[in-house]
Amino acid sequence: MANLNQIAERTSSAAGAGAHVREFDLARDTLRQLNLYLHTEAVKDGVGQIRVHNPDGAHSIACGLNAELDVQIHGHAGYYVAGMNKHAWVTVHGNAGPGAAENMMSGRVHVKGFASTAAGASAHGGLLIIDGDASLRCGISLKGADIVVGGSVGSFSAFMAQAGRIVICGDAEDALGDSLYEAVIYVRGKVRSLGADARFEPMTDSDRAALKGLLTAAGRGDDPADFKRVASAKSLYHWHADADQEY
Amino acid sequence: MCGIVGLLVKKPGLRASLGALMVPMLTGMTERGPDSAGLAVYTTPVSARQRKLSLYSGEHAVEWSALLKEIGEVFAGEHDIVMHGNQAVLTTTADADALVTWLKRNESLVAVLSVGQSIDLYKDVGAPADIARRYEFEALQGSHLVAHTRMATESAVTPAHAHPFTAGRDFCLVHNGSLSNPHLVRKRLEPLGIEFETDNDTEAACRFFEWRLREGDELKQAVEHGFRELDGFYTFLMGTQNEMLIVRDAFACKPAVIAESDDYVAIASEFRSLAHLPDIGHATLFEPKPEEIYSWRI
Repeated sequence: MANLNQIAERTSSAAGAGAHVREFDLARDTLRQLNLYLHTEAVKDGVGQIRVHNPDGAHSIACGLNAELDVQIHGHAGYYVAGMNKHAWVTVHGNAGPGAAENMMSGRVHVKGFASTAAGASAHGGLLIIDGDASLRCGISLKGADIVVGGSVGSFSAFMAQAGRIVICGDAEDALGDSLYEAVIYVRGKVRSLGADARFEPMTDSDRAALKGLLTAAGRGDDPADFKRVASAKSLYHWHADADQEY
Repeated sequence: MCGIVGLLVKKPGLRASLGALMVPMLTGMTERGPDSAGLAVYTTPVSARQRKLSLYSGEHAVEWSALLKEIGEVFAGEHDIVMHGNQAVLTTTADADALVTWLKRNESLVAVLSVGQSIDLYKDVGAPADIARRYEFEALQGSHLVAHTRMATESAVTPAHAHPFTAGRDFCLVHNGSLSNPHLVRKRLEPLGIEFETDNDTEAACRFFEWRLREGDELKQAVEHGFRELDGFYTFLMGTQNEMLIVRDAFACKPAVIAESDDYVAIASEFRSLAHLPDIGHATLFEPKPEEIYSWRI
């Protein structure tokens, strides 16, 4: 799981003075050139920051990164931006298409606009920040990453989420946390409906402390006292023959 | 997978550039739909006594001027034809139903793609860019259009299976997704005298909505009926003479992005088809929510 202290340290040193910046313009450069650079030369270069202009909704920008890179995407990204990310910091100064940061392992992905469906799907580690709304199925099958959504989330968010934490500063649509395992959701606004086996639980001191850390890491000043905790009632953990499939 | 594209211009001065604005949107959806493409464009309506028929001859060479002459001999009134290779738009004062019936009986090589007062319809198999060139989409003018790029998943790749589908007058539908109960819908509609031309799932939805419109529904009401009757995944984009409408199913599995500005409403499956529109940086961008109906009138 993301170590929030490490993230805080990197916040202070990101794009440090004197580090050089490499620019890519996807109106001119190909996506393949960009991703190849991020996977090879950028790692050797010790480049301070990579700026991507005119992403124009291209798919798979900055996918599968495996180094402590700082990638700034100026515009809207398409499917799977920063998918499978490891170590890198990827910022989208715009909206993200479906599957943003899906299967992230570590690092940080920050979407400044809204994110389409399945943001953070199946992510194992790292921190995904979405300043705007996230569409349906945000954090589906989450496996250990943290997600902070500044706006609201669509239906079926955190469906079958196994580990990790999801912070929702706005509202949630239907079936929030359906079939949750060990992941925990903190939600501030209205929840249209909880999914099967999801339930509201009292906030403990450790919840408030964890939530404060997540909000701070996401650069937000929201008050943890305004949030409710949603977690699994664990009634689906074991098969009950006499439950007659009435879950 | 498929791509959908919709464009409605809000200022009459932009109607002349409708096609030019749209072509990059359509070709931008090539990867989502490389096997067929088509569009319905809504032009200035013909006079109250006239109707327009979009005709298509596929691989067959049809002498459109000979056909026009033949129609003139059978049907009283005024007839005119504008040709684009294997597609032609026939404008006539004859009774449209009678003319369609006559064409079906006598012209086995000609398919009727659409009937109405505003709609012109083009669809064919092949890459979207090739089809755009074939029918000179760049030169199209009108108030709004609905377009599609197809990657077939549930029925054959033929011109008849390409989108848009039409039914009735000036109504068309394109679809990204797949329905799970098109045969049930069809079984329900056929006893009402509604005839089908293909086994395509989208055609069932198209004829269902058009039937609801004839039953007196507004387009939005027809779509609400569809929530109960149509099962499956869909982003539907529809056009009528004065309206463009988009709706996604409850699970919103199929994508769509809308860009709205003072000048236009532009819709595509993905932002990459909207990125090059003029002043896109100042348009409001959003994704349609599941089972929420969005429509715009000209």
